[in-house]
Amino acid sequence: MRPGSFRLAGLFLLIGVLAAIAALSLTVGSRPVPFATVWAALTGADSGSTDAMIIWTLRLPRTLIGLTVGAALGLSGALLQGATRNPLADPSILGIHAGASVSIVTGITLFGITSAGVYIWLALAGAGLAMLLVYAIASIGREGPTPIKLALAGAAITAALMSVVSAVLLTSPVTLDQLRFWQVGSLAGRDLAVLTALAPFFALGTILALGLGRVLDGLSMGDDVARGLGQHTGRGRAMAALAAVLLAGAATAAAGPIAFVGLTVPHIARAITGPSYRWILPYSMLLAPMLLLGSDIVGRIVAPPGEVQVGIVTAVIGAPFFIALIRRRKLAEL
Amino acid sequence: MNTAMHSTRQLLQRRLIIRCTLLGAILFIAFCLAMMLGDYPVAPADLLASLLSPLTGQRNPGIDFIVLNVRLPRAILAILSGAAFALSGAIFQALLRNPLASPDIIGISQGASAAAVFCIIILNWSGLLLGFGALGGGLATALAIYLLAWRDGVSPYRIVLIGIAVAAILSAVISYLFTRARISEVQQALGWLVGSLNAASYSQLWPLAAALCLLVPMGIFLARPLKALELGDDMARALGTRVELAHLGLIVVAVALSAFATAAAGPVAFVAFMSAPITKRIMGTGRHHFGAVMLVGAALMTAADLLAQHALPEMQLPVGVVTGLLGAIFLLWLLVTASRTGRI
Repeated sequence: MRPGSFRLAGLFLLIGVLAAIAALSLTVGSRPVPFATVWAALTGADSGSTDAMIIWTLRLPRTLIGLTVGAALGLSGALLQGATRNPLADPSILGIHAGASVSIVTGITLFGITSAGVYIWLALAGAGLAMLLVYAIASIGREGPTPIKLALAGAAITAALMSVVSAVLLTSPVTLDQLRFWQVGSLAGRDLAVLTALAPFFALGTILALGLGRVLDGLSMGDDVARGLGQHTGRGRAMAALAAVLLAGAATAAAGPIAFVGLTVPHIARAITGPSYRWILPYSMLLAPMLLLGSDIVGRIVAPPGEVQVGIVTAVIGAPFFIALIRRRKLAEL
Repeated sequence: MNTAMHSTRQLLQRRLIIRCTLLGAILFIAFCLAMMLGDYPVAPADLLASLLSPLTGQRNPGIDFIVLNVRLPRAILAILSGAAFALSGAIFQALLRNPLASPDIIGISQGASAAAVFCIIILNWSGLLLGFGALGGGLATALAIYLLAWRDGVSPYRIVLIGIAVAAILSAVISYLFTRARISEVQQALGWLVGSLNAASYSQLWPLAAALCLLVPMGIFLARPLKALELGDDMARALGTRVELAHLGLIVVAVALSAFATAAAGPVAFVAFMSAPITKRIMGTGRHHFGAVMLVGAALMTAADLLAQHALPEMQLPVGVVTGLLGAIFLLWLLVTASRTGRI
C-alpha cells in the first residue's frame, strides 16, 4: 500500500475509536446507564424513564459539546502552529484565552452578570477582539505579520490583559469566586442551546481549516519559498488566523480556556503522519476530541461522588503522554 | 595598529563604566524615592538621620519605625529579588539560546507556585515556612524537568517542550486546588501568585541574601565557558569545554536564584524575561554583563514597586501586576522598533 492509503486507513480507524469513546461517554457517569438503555432512549423507544432524561438532557449535550470543542481545539492548534511556524503556538498565543478572561471578568465586575448563557458571548467577543488587536500590532511594519512578530504581540497582549485580570480578581472576591470555576474548563452543565448558538462559528471555522492544508504546507517551507510557489503568504496566514480564532473562540466560549489540547495534539498528529498539514489537520481534528472526551470520562469516575473538570484531567493525562512522546522520538523541528 | 586597538578597547571600557554608573544612579534614585514616599512622607534629612541612627544613636521612634522596619526591608527585598530574577533569566536565555526562555516559561515558577498554593490551601502555612515550601517545589520541578529531558545529554528544545508539559500539569493542580478551597484561602493564594512585596520583613531577606552571596560568584565563575556554549554544544565540545558539567552547574545556579527569589517575593512576572534584553540594548554589546543585568533587574523591580504603591490614589497594587504591564509595554516597544529597522 502507498503511504497515503495507510494514512487514510488510520483516519478511518480513528473515527471508529472516537465513536466508541463517544458511546462510552453516554453510558459512564455517577449514574451508569447500560448501552441497551442508551439505545432505547436515543431511538425514542424509551422516553419516560429517569435514564432517558439523563441521556437527553445531560449526557448527550455533554458528549456532543466534547466532540465539537475537542475538534475545534485540535484544528486551531494545528492552524496556529502552521501559520506562525512555531511548535509552541496554541490558541492562548494569540491572546484568545486572555481576551475571553478579561471580557468575562469585566462582565461580572461591572455589570454583575453571572449567567453561563451570557458568558458565551462575552468570551467570544473578548477572544475575537484580543486576536484582532494582536494581529493589528503584528502587522505594523513593511513585511507584515511574520511568525515571530505574531508570537511577541500575542505574548505582550496576554501579559497586559492578565495583569488587568489579576488586579480585578484581587480586589473583587465575587468575581474570583465565579472565575475560578470558569477558568478550569469544563463540559458539564451546558445544554444543547450552547452548541446550536455556536454552531455557525464551528462550522465556518472547520470548513476554512480543512481547506488550508496546502497553504500551510507552503508556509512551512518559509515565506520566500511559499511566495516563489505563487502563494499569497499574507492572505494565507490571515485565513489561518481567522479560522483559528473562530474555532478557538467558540471552543473557549463553550467550555472555558482549555490550554493543553491545542498545543500538544498537533505534535502527536505530526508524529503519526509526518510533516504535511493536509494530514495533520484531519488527524488533529480526530485525536483532540479523543483526548478531551476520554479525559472527561476519567474525570467523572476518578473522584466520586464529585467530578474533576476536564481541563484538569486533560493536562494530567495528556502531559505524561506528551513527555513520553518527546523522549522517544526525534521531533521534527518546525 | 596596536595602539588603535588598545584605545578602542579603552573607549569601550569607558562607555561600559559610564553606562553602569548611570544604571546605578537610576537604582539609587528609585531606592530613595521608595524610602521617602508614602502615607507618611519622610524628608531627605530625616531619612539620612534615621538610616544612620543605629550608628549615631540619635533616635526618632516614629520615623525610625517607618524607615527601618517598614520601608527598608521592602526596598532591599525589591533590589535583591529583582537582581536574582534578572540573573536567573539571563543565564537561562544564554544557556537555551532562546530569547523567549525564562523561568516563567519553562515550568520552574509553576513548580514553586503549585507548592506554595498547596502549602497555603492544604497545610495553612504562611511566612517563612511558606517560602521554604515554594523553594522546595521550584527546585524539585527543575530537577524533574532536567531528568525527564536527559537522553544522551539534554537539548534545549527538549527542555523547553518538557518544561511546558510539566508547567501544564502544575497549572492544572493549582486550578484544581482553587476549585476545592474556601474563597478566602483562594484570595490569599492568588495574592501570593501575583507576586507582592507588601508583607516584606527582614526574616524573608536573610535566606535570599545568603543565597545571592553564594550563587552570584558561582554563576560568574561558571559563566566563563558560556561564550563557548553560545556557539553550540558541538563547537563547545570541540573547544574543550566540559559541556554537560557547565550546563548542569549553571542550571543549578539559575534555578536556585529563581527559586529563592520566588520564595521571598512570589513569582513576579517578566523581570527575569525582560532584564537581559534591556541590558543588551543599554550596553550595546552581545557580551554577558552579569553585574549590569542585576542592576537592571533591581532597578526594574524597585521602580515597578514604586509605581505599584503610588500609581492609584486609593489602593496599592501588587508589584506583579505592574511588572506584567511593563513587560507588555517592553514587548510592544521591541516589536515596533525591530520592525522599523527590519530586524526580528
